[in-house]
Amino acid sequence: MKQLGIVGQSVKRRDGLGHVTGQTQYVDDVFYPGMLWLRMVRSPVARGAIRRIDTARAEALPGVVAIVSAGDVPNNWYTILGLIGVGPPDEPVLAHEEVMYQGEPICAVVAETEDIANEATSLVKLDIEELEPVLDVEYALNAEAPVIKKWGSNTFIYDGMNHRRLRFGDVDAALKQADFVVDGTYRLSPIEHVPLETHCCVVKPEPDGRLTVHTNTQALYFSMDNTAIILQCPSNQLRFLGGTVGGGFGGKVDVITEPVTCIAALKTRRPVKWRWTRREEFQNSSTRAGVKMEYRDGVMRDGRIIARKVRSLQDAGAYHRHSPYGAQKHMANVGGPYSIPNVWADVYCVYTNRQPSSAMRGFGVMEASFAIEVQMEKIARTIGMDSWELRMINAYRNGQMRPVRKVVEDAALVETLQAAAELAGHELPAHLRAMHSNDTGEQTGNHAYGGGGSRL
Amino acid sequence: MDTTTVTFTLNGTTTALAVSPLTTLRTALRENLHLSATKAGCSQGGCGSCTVLVDGEPTLSCLLPLALIEGQEVTTLEGLSTRGGLHPLQEAFYDRFAAQCGYCTPGMIMAAKALLDRNAQPTREEIREALVGNLCRCTGYLPILEAVEDAARRLSQ
Repeated sequence: MKQLGIVGQSVKRRDGLGHVTGQTQYVDDVFYPGMLWLRMVRSPVARGAIRRIDTARAEALPGVVAIVSAGDVPNNWYTILGLIGVGPPDEPVLAHEEVMYQGEPICAVVAETEDIANEATSLVKLDIEELEPVLDVEYALNAEAPVIKKWGSNTFIYDGMNHRRLRFGDVDAALKQADFVVDGTYRLSPIEHVPLETHCCVVKPEPDGRLTVHTNTQALYFSMDNTAIILQCPSNQLRFLGGTVGGGFGGKVDVITEPVTCIAALKTRRPVKWRWTRREEFQNSSTRAGVKMEYRDGVMRDGRIIARKVRSLQDAGAYHRHSPYGAQKHMANVGGPYSIPNVWADVYCVYTNRQPSSAMRGFGVMEASFAIEVQMEKIARTIGMDSWELRMINAYRNGQMRPVRKVVEDAALVETLQAAAELAGHELPAHLRAMHSNDTGEQTGNHAYGGGGSRL
Repeated sequence: MDTTTVTFTLNGTTTALAVSPLTTLRTALRENLHLSATKAGCSQGGCGSCTVLVDGEPTLSCLLPLALIEGQEVTTLEGLSTRGGLHPLQEAFYDRFAAQCGYCTPGMIMAAKALLDRNAQPTREEIREALVGNLCRCTGYLPILEAVEDAARRLSQ
């Protein structure tokens, strides 16, 4: 059992020596002889109809080798999570009919140097008819707002509904029965990941027709499969090299550099590098979704939360990316780590003409946690109870049914709070120190309330 | 295109390079000399990942035209372990998990090197001050501070 000898010991990072000596090879450290540089022409407006893209002056600039536009993309419409059945494909690799957010890729310039490519992007003349943008999630749901998605709605459609719905118990009855009703509306801005390494991709066409793709994606096979679908080629034509990422935090799971760089390499038969500027990283890469959450909790004088009603709007920005999944995770977590026997949630994945949002560390879940934990403090003040006690009374116990119809098997909040209190030097009273995640006795809050969430 | 020839000492070796006048030290290092330890995090002097030493001073190489370092001495992370082994700063960063994604590490180590060269026993506050221009987005600042303290101890032994 020698291989288990590392359990309980500190193990050096596999990539640590490379990092401290500067020998780790990141994608931007890859250079090939004769390598070309790609820069992107992006939409100057949040929403508009493309009338004409005039690349003549850019093409005439000495050093410009190729322009890549929508017509060069074999399968232009995609959505990242199409691989797991999310649809319809709603995002063009390169825009050609309309633009849906400021900074949306329209066409790429490929040149002998990065400076020439940059200069050439400024020579591409865009004729775009500006349209009224939708920039707010509430406005997007308003009947007067322009409909910006092709399926005739500004929301993702979940099983025929314009929101993801959670129904557990009888929330309205429980709210009537509650001693207190505590409301809260919470808004979070989009958050940018700001990895120190910006997005970067280098593609080298091989003599056998395959493409070697260096990418700092966090999702190598996801990117490879989507690229194969966009290029309409078997994935064995793509040799993806990755695994070294200079910071991602969820910001590098979109398939956002590889397809265009591959097409540029195929078109020019030369290696091509596309690296984003810091400005592009801030303004064009996906963010964590901005969110508006409305919580209404029904609470009994003894601290039991007996009802929660939630309406939540997740700002997906212009395209799906990972937001339909994020909104679904949000729905599944509106209860937090607390046992609430009656939960009702309508979670909308809303489209606006903003920079698309996507994955970021616990996206959908942490936003709910923010609202939930502020609610807990509000409830504690409303009923005059210590908020440690409020949390421990309502914490899940093993064996309880969650609103998403999963039985809790790994409850740990009670023990975590006990450990946190000790670390913080906060002395818990004896009855809270005696609690544990397997106690289901009547002394502990909702476990006495009709068997917690076990009623379906 | 007009070029200018700049002669400087790079990690102990005299180096001459013909570049266009506004080529930055960082671009020259990475793209002309293929010394890629020095990173390009923001290209606007905001993140510190391109920090190298110019005549011993920590310098943002992304903002410095190469022409301005004529006759000066440049040290990059590649020049740190001159005798083949790791520099105590590199050992300490490795041993204390002070590198996560690694992208800030070259700049961090060079900024710390400049500090330890002029102050062999810095306080925690002095280390913070020396590294204030170097961002770590994995936010592993505490192990970095501990690694610099550890390196100071190793260097004094």
